[in-house]
Amino acid sequence: MMLATDMMNIALWIAFGAIAIAQIMAMIRLVIGPGTGDRILALDTMVVNAIGLIVLLGIAQGTRIYFEVTLVIAMLGFVSTVAYARFVLRGDIIE
Amino acid sequence: MIWEVIVTYAVAICLIIGAAFSLIGSIGLLKFNDSMTRLHAPTKVGTVGIGALLLASMIHSYLTGYGALHELLIMAFLFVTAPISANFIAKVNLHRRDCDMPPAPPQDETWSTLNVPEADLELQEQKDA
Repeated sequence: MMLATDMMNIALWIAFGAIAIAQIMAMIRLVIGPGTGDRILALDTMVVNAIGLIVLLGIAQGTRIYFEVTLVIAMLGFVSTVAYARFVLRGDIIE
Repeated sequence: MIWEVIVTYAVAICLIIGAAFSLIGSIGLLKFNDSMTRLHAPTKVGTVGIGALLLASMIHSYLTGYGALHELLIMAFLFVTAPISANFIAKVNLHRRDCDMPPAPPQDETWSTLNVPEADLELQEQKDA
């Protein structure tokens, strides 16, 4: 019979590995992506995966101090995605 | 005591669900072979994957005694902004013609990316006349 905390630690390490592999695959798509839209999408996915990694770090260390970091990264990720897309669409970010 | 065990298992299940959705979404981003098809997979990473991880973080904070619902803020922000950025990326794909194009629009030059409102067209006609 496995302890529940052991089970949670194993799940935590599996989640770290899975999201690290996901981040690497998004980076491969960022490098090889044939179109500009694919590269913007890969960067957006990388930001989301980075948020996931920081949330996992907060769970692993048992602290609450990574909450603000995650919030700021979420906001900046959205703004940068929209800025890239606007630049490709209109040739200008703020008209 | 039995309650703590159940909550710990709930955290583990949420972590596994979130990690699985993130991994599968990135596999889809890497393996699909069309730009619009590739757009479909990572939207699940941004909603279900991160949603489950943040839910695990919330449950874990209650488990350790410093319970808080702060992560709901990040969850709400991500859920609101994910469709907007997906819409913008789809517009980029249409604008750059990286995908199978729909039939040509009746008046505009490209689909929805260079759309001019009616009021601006009237202003332009007045300026030309």
